[in-house]
Amino acid sequence: MLTVSMTVNGKQVSKEVEPRTLLVQFLREHLSLTGTHVGCDTSQCGACVVHVDGTSVKSCTMLAAQADGATVTTIEGLAQDGELHPMQAAFKEHHGLQCGFCTPGMVMSAVDLLKHNPDPSDREIREWLQGNICRCTGYHNIVKAIQAAAQSMRG
Amino acid sequence: MYDFTYHRPSSLEEAAKLLAGAEDGKILAGGHTLLPTLKQRLAQPSDLIDLSGIKELKGISEAGGAVVVGAMTPHGDVADSSVVKARIPALAHLASDIGDAQVRHRGTIGGSIANADPAADYPAAVVGLGATVKTNKREIAGGDFFKGLFETALDENELVVSVSFPVPEKAGYAKFANPASRYPIVGVMVAKTAGGVRVAVTGAGASAFRWTEAEQALSANWSADAIKNLTHGPDGLNSDIHASAEYRAHLIGVMARRALAAAG
Repeated sequence: MLTVSMTVNGKQVSKEVEPRTLLVQFLREHLSLTGTHVGCDTSQCGACVVHVDGTSVKSCTMLAAQADGATVTTIEGLAQDGELHPMQAAFKEHHGLQCGFCTPGMVMSAVDLLKHNPDPSDREIREWLQGNICRCTGYHNIVKAIQAAAQSMRG
Repeated sequence: MYDFTYHRPSSLEEAAKLLAGAEDGKILAGGHTLLPTLKQRLAQPSDLIDLSGIKELKGISEAGGAVVVGAMTPHGDVADSSVVKARIPALAHLASDIGDAQVRHRGTIGGSIANADPAADYPAAVVGLGATVKTNKREIAGGDFFKGLFETALDENELVVSVSFPVPEKAGYAKFANPASRYPIVGVMVAKTAGGVRVAVTGAGASAFRWTEAEQALSANWSADAIKNLTHGPDGLNSDIHASAEYRAHLIGVMARRALAAAG
């Protein structure tokens, strides 16, 4: 067993885990933060995207031990004081989801995109979402939502 | 995943010692090949030695007419680096098109070349730009580094420290990507370097190799005309569900011409 400590959504946590525990298992099973989903479990679909030290990563392809000492943000950590993050609000407003399974990863990935590129083109958004797969309905409204969020976040 | 003992050493010496002392130790870099392999229970290492705690292994610098990329530098850092973009834009472009954004945030150059996947992008740059791979024991010429399918010149307990890419006069990289995985079915790096013209092919064979006929043609005449009608034979090339050897052979010519156009 191994003790891992990290800051998750602003809270310091410390747990004993098996070394083979994935970050996504740590979040879901040890911290009960089930907003982060496991889709393909092969680092392709992006349902498990979270931020580690401010950068979007696939938490199914990282050990919890590798995140020891890191700052992690999950979908549960985006809303502040009961107010949806502008990206969440934009997904809601523009129907950027159907079943919602891919949505936490989409939102976390999109928030990271805007950190790199606050004013992306549709093409840049679509390229960035290469690692996020939606199987319901396509990407049109997701792109629209991200454009709207980018606009509102630029102010 | 089978269980293992996890280590995160803070120095190269400590890492090498842990690796030598482990029953069946494996180095963990970005983990984007190793962790999926472990999840499928295709390997059962006794120990994982995570290199992320060794600060000197991460980062990009410029020294003596070369761009030096630390082994633990993720692809995204290479793609976004102002030094790489200014000095070897073909390398920044190559890195920017590996996998997807999140994979580029974790996957590292050291991990990629040590794994030596026949369809990885970086081998085309290591061979095509005439890079030098620095390890904890020695320096290995890029052209001698890849030995075959998932096989490199690295000894059992040898670790990649950095890869030094001499700044070329001109270079371009083009790949025909698998639309799902983004791995190159064929990728070609064409470069005009101080040591001559180099054309390196990845994805097509067991490991990255040089296309000497194209190098000779471009040495004599650096222009699209020189390789317009040049073809590579299918002998020894990979054949799988994605592409036949004949199709890969065809793509080598097409990608070389595109890479040349990109190099200018």
